[in-house]
Amino acid sequence: MFGLKSESVLRLDEEYHELDEYQGKESRWCPGCGDNAILAATQRLCRDEQLSPEKTVFVSGIGCAARFPHYMGTYGFHGLHGRALPVAQGVKIRRPDLNVFVNMGDGDCCSIGTAHWIHAIRTNMKMVVMLHDNNIYGLTKNQASPTTPQGRITSTTPYGSLLKAMNPLTVTLGVTNVSFVAQVVEWVPDLLYKVLREAYNHKGLSFVRILQRCPHFMPTAWDQLLSNPDNIAVMDSPDGVQLSDATAKIYKTRIAHDSSDLNAARQVASLEDKVPVGILYRNEKVPTYDELRRPKRLPEPELTEEILNRSFDRFGISPSTSSKAED
Amino acid sequence: MHSTLSPENRAQTAKADNSMSATIQKIDEHIVEIISDSGEGAQTAGQMFGTVSAKMGNGVWTVEIIPAEIEPPARSTAGASGNRIRIGADNITNAGDEADLVVSFNDQVLLGREAAGEFKPGATILLESKWREEREPEIVSVYIEAHDRLVAKGYRVIEINMEEECRKVVDNPQRGKNIFVVGILSCLYSRDLGIVRQEITKKFKKKGDKVIQSNLDLLDAGYHWAEANLEIRYVIPAPGVLQAQVVMNGNTAVALGTVASGMDVCAMYPITPATSASHYLSEIFEDVGGVVHQAEDEIAACAFALGASYAGKCAITITSGPGMALKTELMGLSVMAEIPLVMVNVQRGGPSTGLPTKVEQGDLLSAMFGVPGDAPKIVMAPATIEDCFYSVITARKIAETFRTLVIVLSDANLATGQQAFMRPEFREEWLAPPIDQSPLPKTFKPYDWDEKTGMSSRSIPGQLNGLYTLTGLAHTGSGAVAYESGVNQESSRYRSLKLAAFQKTLKTPEVVGDPEGDLLIVGWGSTKGAIEEAVMRARKDGLKVSSMHLTFLQPMASGIREIMQKFKNVMTVEINYSDDLADEIIDEDNRRYANLAFLLRARYLVDVDCWSNVHGQPMKPGAIAKMIRSRLK
Repeated sequence: MFGLKSESVLRLDEEYHELDEYQGKESRWCPGCGDNAILAATQRLCRDEQLSPEKTVFVSGIGCAARFPHYMGTYGFHGLHGRALPVAQGVKIRRPDLNVFVNMGDGDCCSIGTAHWIHAIRTNMKMVVMLHDNNIYGLTKNQASPTTPQGRITSTTPYGSLLKAMNPLTVTLGVTNVSFVAQVVEWVPDLLYKVLREAYNHKGLSFVRILQRCPHFMPTAWDQLLSNPDNIAVMDSPDGVQLSDATAKIYKTRIAHDSSDLNAARQVASLEDKVPVGILYRNEKVPTYDELRRPKRLPEPELTEEILNRSFDRFGISPSTSSKAED
Repeated sequence: MHSTLSPENRAQTAKADNSMSATIQKIDEHIVEIISDSGEGAQTAGQMFGTVSAKMGNGVWTVEIIPAEIEPPARSTAGASGNRIRIGADNITNAGDEADLVVSFNDQVLLGREAAGEFKPGATILLESKWREEREPEIVSVYIEAHDRLVAKGYRVIEINMEEECRKVVDNPQRGKNIFVVGILSCLYSRDLGIVRQEITKKFKKKGDKVIQSNLDLLDAGYHWAEANLEIRYVIPAPGVLQAQVVMNGNTAVALGTVASGMDVCAMYPITPATSASHYLSEIFEDVGGVVHQAEDEIAACAFALGASYAGKCAITITSGPGMALKTELMGLSVMAEIPLVMVNVQRGGPSTGLPTKVEQGDLLSAMFGVPGDAPKIVMAPATIEDCFYSVITARKIAETFRTLVIVLSDANLATGQQAFMRPEFREEWLAPPIDQSPLPKTFKPYDWDEKTGMSSRSIPGQLNGLYTLTGLAHTGSGAVAYESGVNQESSRYRSLKLAAFQKTLKTPEVVGDPEGDLLIVGWGSTKGAIEEAVMRARKDGLKVSSMHLTFLQPMASGIREIMQKFKNVMTVEINYSDDLADEIIDEDNRRYANLAFLLRARYLVDVDCWSNVHGQPMKPGAIAKMIRSRLK
């Protein structure tokens, strides 16, 4: 028709990805689990950014949050406890065409995977990293995690957990090459979605700590925040996310913040009386490892042959250089 | 008088300077050892001497002598650093027996090596004698005592004040003494000075003309000194190089094999003795679009490689025993989720940190069984340095074809030993095909195991209709997490069948010697050359012994039982620990066998004996031959 090649015809109906295309298997999280809200916001992000499902990979470790990839209608890698980040780095290193997301729980990221967490921040490869922080081990049933509040009774701390909870934000902001750190709560979908979208569009590794409800083991963990929204402080930054009017009416506490100021971000992250939400730190100028390691030349057989032969020459003995037997 | 020693005027120079009348002795082979404290250049000298000899067409095998520390205390018996070079008229396949001629920069490293039984009785020792004039009286007395003890033991000790001789040519004799030694050895072994000069020029190219010239001067000085003062001259006939060859160590061969196999990603963490493979790879890999990623730890290195492989990029991780232990859980994931991966384990002495710089073949059983749960994977072992190159190409192909983990067991002997082999001729089929991104049929399932072979289908991110979530959980043929009891049995069966399908492609190993007899020696990995040489020596004595070397340890090729059954006795020779029946409390009920012997006994119900040790040294053909003789007398 009109001499157009069939592959050149606009096929919006086929190429536009609807929200339900991003749904994978049916979620098996507990009723009321905050992971469902994170899933919904992420699927909406994928739809709004029109991410090609086959060009998108969700990588996770082990834990409740780590089931995330199964519930996405994309490629997924549900690997080993603590090892999501190095797997995601491997996925990305020679596949810049892939959109890479990482979903980890607080045990996954801040306990068994700590070394990878620190080094992934430093390598700063382009990917979105979501820390589903519910302050507890859920899948293994109610053990204290590094972010479990001090004094909390769990299966492994029957007399109350002894140590003060770790603050994943200050840890992340302390790592060289950190380039994007945000905090949100999963029960404010407006903010969650907007921050994730900024995170997706960031050039580098974006680390989003998401405070997440675990109705089964930690039903009261966020009571202070849920019953009194004033304890949640929304960061007012010139380039920050803008809340919808409805959300803004509920969350009235504001902190003036400059998200390009690393020291300011560290101070806000250290607040103990309020929970800051929004983007704490963003710096697009930090070099990313995937770009630093981008191949100067693409692999091709002729090139491999040339480089090999150069090496063989270097280690080579050719018949011409040899002398005759000396006897 | 520097750089006047062209082969034409060498004779004249000799006449002019030389009052010694040296008798030239023609020999088939010799083992030369150069040892010093760390950082004195004995390794460089040894490598250079080896390379020159290989370039002259001699068979060569070099072994690095490496202390565990970077700079161990000077003049200590455990601190020997250097190189051992076995040179022969014919092809040399192993490090050989004890040294015939030793050059030592001090008396203490010499004593350490002597105590380890590394020298032939009556061996010639060229010893730096500056210690006699040392200011500290204790050093002098210790030196004299050592010297006298060695003389009393019957060694032919020749003292040379190397530093004084070098000072005649250069200001700082401590740097460059090694090249003076190359000069001495070049004279003693009638080396082609043109080739030696080429090597010196190549070695010091980056340091500029001045350094090259002073090293050429040191070479000449050493040569002249030996010509004037020593009456030893050897000629080891060299058949000449008939075909193009390359000389390198096993780690460099692994690095080049990685490039040749079309790998895209090498993820590693520094570990002795594997790391140098990544050193050379780092130099060249980016030129072919590859990347060497130094991860934060061994676990991350393996995870990174698996991530890359999942995304369709061929990946390798290179490590040693302790690193393999750390990667164990990810090895299980590779098998379970069927993510192709090549893992090279350059074995060292274990367990734990063990003997980091020394050879052992102690990781065979942990490679095969180290992963909890049933994790069928392929284990192969290169036997030569040439094998190190080709085994990576083979391993990548197997890993991709069978979607599984392939472990390549090299060891410290191959890693640092140098040998010449036929220059490889590049073939495009070595490389991996480009990543398939064509749309899959809508009915595609990510595993969809073949009923007969267990082979599975695969989709790679980017492929339309191929969406799936890889998981290390038990999963169905469509990749879904298994909640039903039968699935795990079924999927385990398929993963095991893949190994059987692969096994059908393996060729029966060849027997060296007669196909039947009194004793069959079975080996694997780097001991091949030593075993075969020992078997040949014993056969010359009329003993009915043969040998068989296994490349694939898991699965094993068909026909091995039938071969073993044709011999009255079968035994393995391995560098790993096994109990000795001579120990009072060891008997057949509690005896622990060497790795391969254990496997052969279990698989074939053949009464396989073993002879093994963990001295951290390459197996000596002489020791194996002696053992064979004692068994068959």
